[in-house]
Amino acid sequence: MTRYFVRKLTIYLLTFFLAVTIDWIIPRFMPGNPIQTMLSRAALRAEAVEVMRGYYLKAFGLDVPIWQQYLNFWKAVFHGDLGVSVYLFPKPVIKVIAEAIPYTLAILVPAIILSWIAGNKFGAFAARRKWLDSTLLPMGYFLTATPYMWLGILLAWGFGVALGWFPIAGGYSFAMTPNLSWKFFLDLLWHWFLPFASLFLVMFGGWAIGMRNMIIYELEADYSQYLESLGAPRRLIRSYAFRNAILPQITGLALQMGTIAAGAVVTETVFSYPGIGSLIVQAIQNQDYFLIQGCFLFIIIGVLLANFIVDIVYLIVDPRTRRGMIGEI
Amino acid sequence: MNILEVRDLRVYYQTIKGEVKALDGATFSVAEGEIMGLAGESGCGKSTLGRSLVLLKPPMKYIEGEVFLEGKPLPIWDREKMNAFRFTKVSLIPQYAMNALNPTKKIKRIFADILASRGLKLRQVLSELSRRFELVELPLEVLKMYPIELSGGMKQRVVMVLSTLLNPSLLIADEVTSALDVSTQKAVAKMLVEFRNQRFVKALIVITHDISLLYQIADTILVMYAGKLAEKGSTEEIISDPKHPYTRLLIFSLPKIGVRYMETKLRGIPGHPPSLLQPPGGCRFRERCPEAFEKCSEEPPFITLDSTGRQVACWRVTGNHG
Amino acid sequence: MKKKPRKVKHEILYFAWRNWKLRLGLLVVFFFVLLAIVGPYLTPYEPWAYVGPSARPPCKEFWFGTTMFGQDVFTQFVHGLYPVFLVGVLGGGLATVIGTLIGFTAGYRGGWVDEILNTFTNVVLVIPTLALLLILAAYLGVRSFFIQAVFIGCTAWPWTARAVRAQTLSLKAREFVDLAKISGMRPAKIVLTEIAPNMLSYLVMVFILQFGGAILNAATLDFIGLGPTRGISLGLMMQTALLWGALPLGMWWWFVPPGLAIALLVGALYITNVGLDEVFNPKLREM
Repeated sequence: MTRYFVRKLTIYLLTFFLAVTIDWIIPRFMPGNPIQTMLSRAALRAEAVEVMRGYYLKAFGLDVPIWQQYLNFWKAVFHGDLGVSVYLFPKPVIKVIAEAIPYTLAILVPAIILSWIAGNKFGAFAARRKWLDSTLLPMGYFLTATPYMWLGILLAWGFGVALGWFPIAGGYSFAMTPNLSWKFFLDLLWHWFLPFASLFLVMFGGWAIGMRNMIIYELEADYSQYLESLGAPRRLIRSYAFRNAILPQITGLALQMGTIAAGAVVTETVFSYPGIGSLIVQAIQNQDYFLIQGCFLFIIIGVLLANFIVDIVYLIVDPRTRRGMIGEI
Repeated sequence: MNILEVRDLRVYYQTIKGEVKALDGATFSVAEGEIMGLAGESGCGKSTLGRSLVLLKPPMKYIEGEVFLEGKPLPIWDREKMNAFRFTKVSLIPQYAMNALNPTKKIKRIFADILASRGLKLRQVLSELSRRFELVELPLEVLKMYPIELSGGMKQRVVMVLSTLLNPSLLIADEVTSALDVSTQKAVAKMLVEFRNQRFVKALIVITHDISLLYQIADTILVMYAGKLAEKGSTEEIISDPKHPYTRLLIFSLPKIGVRYMETKLRGIPGHPPSLLQPPGGCRFRERCPEAFEKCSEEPPFITLDSTGRQVACWRVTGNHG
Repeated sequence: MKKKPRKVKHEILYFAWRNWKLRLGLLVVFFFVLLAIVGPYLTPYEPWAYVGPSARPPCKEFWFGTTMFGQDVFTQFVHGLYPVFLVGVLGGGLATVIGTLIGFTAGYRGGWVDEILNTFTNVVLVIPTLALLLILAAYLGVRSFFIQAVFIGCTAWPWTARAVRAQTLSLKAREFVDLAKISGMRPAKIVLTEIAPNMLSYLVMVFILQFGGAILNAATLDFIGLGPTRGISLGLMMQTALLWGALPLGMWWWFVPPGLAIALLVGALYITNVGLDEVFNPKLREM
């Protein structure tokens, strides 16, 4: 079991290391003088320019040897100093991100968990009946092939514009100011629903399809045949198959994290939902490089954490890993 | 009373090219206490016969025939109704026994779940279970382990115990020794005989292509060829005085231990079995048979020769009267 | 009644033809390919030309209506199909090639080569593709669909590497490879004549999945604004539509067709893949 964890942690640490390095290196590949380019692209007030120049100089530290620039960057990261946002000057990047993260988590976490549970149950159910399988299979594939943003747009148009049941922009109504009241909470929920549903539906399709395939595979396995030969009730055979089919679905969840992150980004863009996804898009559109770097780092950290959590869940669920018997990653 | 009576059983395989007549008319019986060996080369239908008695599912297709278990009809064509008989009355040790255990469940759990589906609790049978484990030389700790922690041989013995736990009247052992080394083969063979001796099972059908195994443990041997029964008789008779040309070639192609040949090649049987998609009319062994004659273009019936219960399907043996 | 057995020459082709999933999937894909090729000739307009009144719903003159600027949506649509295929094939192909090379080398060589490649694969696997693409595209800029395909190909390969490695390991353990080694065949020949043919069917399926994935990735990039600055694609259409308020104005004819086409195309690719799996894998076939 320790070997399992050591392996996983090594990967994650390496990845984090790589991510920070990428974050630091990429601006240096931009043609021309990076500082000048950034300053000229950003429309800043005079005083702001000086502050920014000072910061950039320090951040890029071009007067200091490269390795020290690199170390300075690491130091800054660990201090939570990700620079100051140009787009939302003078807010520090870390503050901007901190305000955006709860929204992203609010739509992502329930969407992931609920779609995974519901999708798996549904996929297992669909595998039971031939006719059900034949009709639902194409629908499932269609759902999982649907681009996140298109489904988002469809939902926004259908339920937002055409039916007018839900709002199509923002985390909460423009007229309101955030406060701890029921009214505000309901308003938040109202704005939350469509982006959540959009993510949920696409992911649901994927899990349902995956589970259906895994269940069929397990039902054909030798142990299932043996159980049938012993006259075991279908319920028992199915429950064994389901339990075994869930395992690759858990690893699948970890593998999907990158795609899910992408889905969140575009969904938030469609609904102008103020999460980290739409933040990074706005940062790109406004060429706010510190914000871009900060968001990138946070997205990576989020994905790594999610992977780690899934690894722990897998450890709990597959009894064989606890006994150190699986070589599979 | 015979434990098993099979009358004119036909089971085909449905493939895209048509129906493969894997088992084409089997009539025989197995008495109480009898260990019957079912022998023949690959594709002769012995596995089909064994499996059809327990789990007849697509692509296997029931065509016709009757099966009686302890005098009562056995509805092998009805998957639902057969559940009442499976495990309790007729049981199987499958060919894939080493993979037959769910890899993510402890052995104890697997036993408990199957027993629970029959309304029994594990602790009710625990003492009997321990006895059986002892018989097959498995330590009781095995119950707490996962299948992956056991060797192939151990897994197979677990399956042997599980399949016979509720003392089925008929046990079908499908190629249980094929994947084992010789010394383990001997041990497993002895265990099968013990199952019969201790009355865990009332009758046994041992399916194998290895006649030497049957020589050790079987009371009777039923030889099959190309979906049809060729010969049945007591083990001594079959080995010492085989009557069907195919059986004769089989027995005589076996090298004998202790006998030294100066210059004899091991003889196999030239040729290969006919396709069962469109089997030839008449005796199916005709093309490879060194003693075929004109009458063989007519299908020979499986006839009882004399009071010893010897049965053969061959015109040479039974003469022109049928 | 005896049924006459059908004469079956090539079992694979027979199953391939019989499999409805394969037929349906390929049909849809070919339909879109045809549309991409023939489409531009069906319309008298140019994609960027201002040919009509703005924001007009579909009618006889403009089959898919017009955009906010009075451009013909149908023309843009059929012109936008080509880059989708281009990036899909190139990006997917590149990812397949990279993944296969890495996965195969790791599986075949084993040892420390395997360990290093494995760790490398896992690291790239964990990094969310889009985030990486965002960073790359934001700083280095995507000038053309070709560059976009290269970007995608270089980030989407890890799962392929893993899958190919697993497949290689299982093939390596099979007897016919040992046989070839014993008979003294050179490693390169073993790879080409013994292992490769068995992997081929698998690689075809991998490529189809990568193809679909690349299309989705490209559409996402275009939609966010990290696509090429020139040209038109289905993703860019959706981006423009959204940017110019097609949503609150209910101009469904502008944003529904592009996304629908992608969903149908990628869905068809996935279904084709399932069909192929059934054809190559006899156990999955339904009688």
